Amino acid sequence: MASALVENHFRSNKLPHIWCPGCGHGIIMRSIVEAIDELGYNKDDVCVVSGIGCSSRAPGYMDYNTLHTLHGRALAYATGVKMANPKLKVIVITGDGDCAAIGGNHLIHAARRNIDITTVVFNNNIYGMTGGQYSPTTPTGEKGTTAPFGNIDKNFDLCNLAKAAGATYVARATAYHANMITKLVKAGMENKGFSFVEAVSVCPTYYGRKNKKGDAVQMMRYLKDSSVNVKAAKKLPKEKLEGKFFIGEFHKVEEPEYTEQYQKIIDSFQKER
Amino acid sequence: MTTTNQKGLIINKNWCKGCGICVEFCPTNVLEMKDGKANIKDIDSCIMCKQCELRCPDYAIYLGGKKDGK
Repeated sequence: MASALVENHFRSNKLPHIWCPGCGHGIIMRSIVEAIDELGYNKDDVCVVSGIGCSSRAPGYMDYNTLHTLHGRALAYATGVKMANPKLKVIVITGDGDCAAIGGNHLIHAARRNIDITTVVFNNNIYGMTGGQYSPTTPTGEKGTTAPFGNIDKNFDLCNLAKAAGATYVARATAYHANMITKLVKAGMENKGFSFVEAVSVCPTYYGRKNKKGDAVQMMRYLKDSSVNVKAAKKLPKEKLEGKFFIGEFHKVEEPEYTEQYQKIIDSFQKER
Repeated sequence: MTTTNQKGLIINKNWCKGCGICVEFCPTNVLEMKDGKANIKDIDSCIMCKQCELRCPDYAIYLGGKKDGK
């Protein structure tokens, strides 16, 4: 028994999902599904691809064409799917470890090619599934099971990384801002090119407990209180932005899309025949 | 076990994992935690804003009990 949205777009016999109580991933997954619902896409035209990790469990619950692939390789598989059938609306669901560590190269090259894939990163700042090891987005000084005295690495800003690599749409929202995720994913899917949406999630079980961030409610409250929309940030004085992070649309440009460029080459040779 | 009411607010207690997010972010204080699960405390205050449905990570609470409700 569930809402119409859940009944229509999820494999509801697979629910409830395996994520921990208070995990932000469920909220983000629902927001993505809402975006697909609002865009009115045929379910058979949507393909969701994921790698490995907590986040990558999502396609198992979503009632579209779905692929659960190798660790970090979701974008490589998605590139193949999109090249083979450019009509498909391809969404990649990946985690911070999956996307920025083992899959870091796939991310920058998919962004560089500007292939029409919408990537949603469920960023919970930790490797949740394997027991709380620190990831490339664990903030400096924060703890993980493999950094019991604090992480000395500098963390990635995934949005800046994607933008620098050539993504044509870059945005960030949080699990608290569920409606915003829907809005950004919609805009990302409508963008003809590589769209990157970072969805900041919460992991109360590992990241929260290791770093004494409190329970799921407190972590969600933190997302609400510490995020500033990038549009509003321009008008705010510097001291009000201390310790805050930005959400909203960061980057949007139009550039040639990869599968279209590829088709042009095919067409040019077929003309000569 | 589910509960229905005139506002159409439904809690699927089998799916609820008791994280408390819906209770915290309900603007009119309709919900409470009872026996480790979300529970409707004061349905008359419900303004049907869907903030609980939007943020329930487990899709256990939603508006939809009424025929005209989406």
